[in-house]
Amino acid sequence: MDRHPTRRSLLAAGAALPAAGLLAVAMVRPARAAAPATMEAAVREFVGEAAARQGRVKLEIPPLVENGNSVTLTVSVESPMTVTDHVKAIAVFNEKNPQPNVAVFTLSPRSGKAQVQTRIRLATSQKLVAVAQMSDGSFWQDSADVIVTLAACLED
Amino acid sequence: MSRSAQRVTAGLAGLLLIGTAASAEIPEGERRSGFDYMSRETQAMQRDDTANPGMLWVREGEALWAKKAGPAERACADCHDDAKSSMRGVAARYPAFSEAAGRPVDLEQRINECRSERQGAKPLPYESQELLAITTYVAHQSRGLPVAPPRDERLDAFRERGRALYEARQGQLNLSCALCHDDNPGRHLAAAPIPQAHPTGYPLYRLEWQGVGSLRRRLRNCLVGMRAEAYPYGAPEYVDLELYLMSRAAGMPLETPAVRP
Amino acid sequence: MAGALINVPKEIRRGEPFEIKTLVRHPMETGYRRGASGEEIPRDIVNRFTCAYNGQEIFSADLFPAIAANPFISFFTVATESGELVFTWTDDAGKAQTETVKITVA
Repeated sequence: MDRHPTRRSLLAAGAALPAAGLLAVAMVRPARAAAPATMEAAVREFVGEAAARQGRVKLEIPPLVENGNSVTLTVSVESPMTVTDHVKAIAVFNEKNPQPNVAVFTLSPRSGKAQVQTRIRLATSQKLVAVAQMSDGSFWQDSADVIVTLAACLED
Repeated sequence: MSRSAQRVTAGLAGLLLIGTAASAEIPEGERRSGFDYMSRETQAMQRDDTANPGMLWVREGEALWAKKAGPAERACADCHDDAKSSMRGVAARYPAFSEAAGRPVDLEQRINECRSERQGAKPLPYESQELLAITTYVAHQSRGLPVAPPRDERLDAFRERGRALYEARQGQLNLSCALCHDDNPGRHLAAAPIPQAHPTGYPLYRLEWQGVGSLRRRLRNCLVGMRAEAYPYGAPEYVDLELYLMSRAAGMPLETPAVRP
Repeated sequence: MAGALINVPKEIRRGEPFEIKTLVRHPMETGYRRGASGEEIPRDIVNRFTCAYNGQEIFSADLFPAIAANPFISFFTVATESGELVFTWTDDAGKAQTETVKITVA
């Protein structure tokens, strides 16, 4: 056996190894992901018979994130937040995590301002949807696409 | 093959080729914290204490600082009083020489020395939440202060050993720390930028860990990434490496608790 | 080990909404991970968060495993009077953590 590998053989090994490790990560993560149809069903369950219209809701999330373990997400809704006209709930859904639900926030006229912020996990690049339920029974929504990059170094 | 995997393959092959050039230390004016390589969003998370999750460990450490431990029924605060003044600047001077150990110790080991000698308590295991919390709290008291390695000639040989480890090729990829962090900072491995490897924010909250971790844990991740065998947690190699890294980061402000991806 | 951090503005004015930022220590174990020897790690997440202002619930959230570890939630409420904000996080094990913050409304 060659106990002193040549530079050429080391280069070849170096090129092959990281690719194998990273591919394993890339394949494991989205394996148990929810399909887009599952997200639609989850949104349907939240809005019921109503139709969720585009507008009034603003979903803010960075378009490119360096780690899917913790991604800051802000949802704000245009509303005077009065007793007669306010946001009752804000729900957030995702397309490709194992489960389509992210969170449901319950607001009231006492909220004063219809804005919530949290940090979420994203198993892979995907679409997110935020839906607001208004006091008049209408639903409004916004969506955003996020690209999640893969980490280069692995935990032992 | 995924695009990112192709990119990392090309990147590592590139590093191996570049590796023939001699490693050069980064001049003082060009030293950049890992903070500078992060996204705007992750920087914002570190900057805002009301959003920085590392502050949960700082708060826990503050509680532990005042909690009596061991048969001596003594808390850190009973000897050291208010950490805000007594611990200010301490983390910036570690690792430091320990008479008891006969060699340099890092901040965690110093805290454990105190536990066994002054409190009569059992040392806290490496990477335990309690040890991380107290260390984060102590290091936080030096946030914003420049890294100031002590001038102590007893440290020199250990620091040199750290430098040798940093520059030595190891692992199946035959890489050295210097090859990435001295020769190629700012370039990418997959989508991740290669930082200059200044340990200015430890213990820090790493999004990948979903928690706070030590420099030892991060160095282990690097060794695993190089396909080298990581030293056991208590190994003196980590302290020697930290001594060298801190001298290489002299003058840079401490950030504990930093946030990193 | 547990713990929470709550942040409210120093000056709160009657009739105006103010932001409340919350951070709590929790692993938010998804139930989709496996341990080193292949065993499934059971789900353990904070599934509900509430905030009461002088005894009345003014905000709540139902959370799923997609919420990041050490949950961060921020929201708004209108300052009505001085008093207490009580925050409660309940996890899958039924364990509740409570934090109380006093506020002074000018």
